[in-house]
Amino acid sequence: MSFYYLEVLFVETYKILFLILPILTAVALIVWLDRRVWAFVQKRRGPNVVGPFGLFQSLADALKYIFKEIIIPATSNKIIFILAPIVTMTLALIAWAVIPFGENLVLADINVGILYIFAVSSLGVYGIIMGGWASNSKYPFFGSIRSAAQMVSYEVSIGVIIINVLLCVGSLNLTDIVLAQQNLWFIVPLFPMFVIFFISALAETNRPPFDLPEAEAELVAGYQTEYSGMMYAMFWLGEYANILLMCAIGSILFLGGWLSPIDVYPLNTFPGPLWLTLKIILLFVLFALVKAIVPRYRYDQLMKLGWKIFLPFSLFYVVLTSGFLLYFDLLPNK
Amino acid sequence: MIIQSIFFYIFSFIAIVSAIMVTVSRNTVHSVFFLILDFVSISCLFIMGGAEFLGMIMLIVYVGAVAVLFLFVVMMLNVAQQENAWFQSKKSKEKTSSHIPIGFLISVIIFFELIIVVGGWKFKPELSTDLNLSLSIGETNTHSIGSVLYTDYIHLFQISGMILLVSMIGAIVLTYQKREGLKRQSYFKQISRERDTSIEIVDVEKNKGVKIDA
Repeated sequence: MSFYYLEVLFVETYKILFLILPILTAVALIVWLDRRVWAFVQKRRGPNVVGPFGLFQSLADALKYIFKEIIIPATSNKIIFILAPIVTMTLALIAWAVIPFGENLVLADINVGILYIFAVSSLGVYGIIMGGWASNSKYPFFGSIRSAAQMVSYEVSIGVIIINVLLCVGSLNLTDIVLAQQNLWFIVPLFPMFVIFFISALAETNRPPFDLPEAEAELVAGYQTEYSGMMYAMFWLGEYANILLMCAIGSILFLGGWLSPIDVYPLNTFPGPLWLTLKIILLFVLFALVKAIVPRYRYDQLMKLGWKIFLPFSLFYVVLTSGFLLYFDLLPNK
Repeated sequence: MIIQSIFFYIFSFIAIVSAIMVTVSRNTVHSVFFLILDFVSISCLFIMGGAEFLGMIMLIVYVGAVAVLFLFVVMMLNVAQQENAWFQSKKSKEKTSSHIPIGFLISVIIFFELIIVVGGWKFKPELSTDLNLSLSIGETNTHSIGSVLYTDYIHLFQISGMILLVSMIGAIVLTYQKREGLKRQSYFKQISRERDTSIEIVDVEKNKGVKIDA
């Protein structure tokens, strides 16, 4: 009896390691990709020295962070100060548990997968708010207040966009969402929603042009100002893991997850994880291009965009989608 | 089953301890963090009970939105080290608050309400079966909540939505102030500017200059 539980524990740990190690490697690689794309747009070379094409640059950076001293400010609230990067990193990683990489290739195939991801990403704001408050310094505090307001605002529109997709699927399970796109990817009927999702994801992950929490000209480095060494690296890893997660959600909701673009012989024999990875990389290159091309938004413009444009438009689209599905009798699970 | 009960007791223990810590801890920001921990462990209990939809909604609404606003207010008002006294003392000039008697009254009322509810459920179990909630085993609880909420209880659901809407509008009306002399950005005005209305070519006389904004 007890051996059964031990066996389950062992198998699950093995599965989790098999999921987390590739994700951490992928995070290191996309940091490199981000910098390379950025450099490409600006006609620079970017990191190209460490390893072939500079692929090991992130590894070298990580080593540097490990050997740096961790400085904890004397007036900070020490427990919360140390907890903040841990919370950020943990929340960025646990959401991957429900991402399906193929049919039956998922760690936890739960009924409310998309709600779980939404809940975890809405918890992500705590890492930032804790770090900013516990630093007990004005720039981190301003940064964290800005960031919290921004993330709460854009979560609302992401929630409404998810409702649009769910209307077409009829299930909260991520595997069902992908399988519902076998005939037509949701990017085709819901293209405006995809655009809004992409922009909201930029805002949700504090990426440029919405990186106001870390606007270096105004706030030094925002909520990360007082952090150093490995703790800073954990914030940074968590941030990129979140970006990767947002790309994965975007490809599952709109780009057909692990499905191949066209259902023809040589393409549909490729393994699902490969297609999902390709789609994630495609979305991430878009993220990186936006970073290189678009200048930073002003704070009031950011709030206006979120509340006065995206929210009404996506609500209108919910009415439109449900009306269309009802009129043409296309609603799933009657 | 043993594993389930172990986890149940762990989550319940964390929930109760953090609920106590919310009221006991002296730092208000710490209280809010304990409140968040309480919400999270209660949503874990919901999920263990098979109500995964309620658990996730609990996380999204309470932890993701309500507690963030709590934290905002607590941090912005700088009430981190406020002293709580039973009654407002007139002698000391220190900042004290007299919320405790009112809070005590409210908690006594809530306590008696809980006793009534739990007592009714304990001594008259047919009350809850009279509600006639038929849950079929096959479907997920998201489906069953939806099929009850949007059919039998649609009016109550709509009314609660209306109450929230009214309170939201009320809060906006109460706090809205029209400020004078504020420069607002209008994209339409900016885009529809023409050369004729914005640029003027002036011949300038030597050593005279031009007076702008005449």
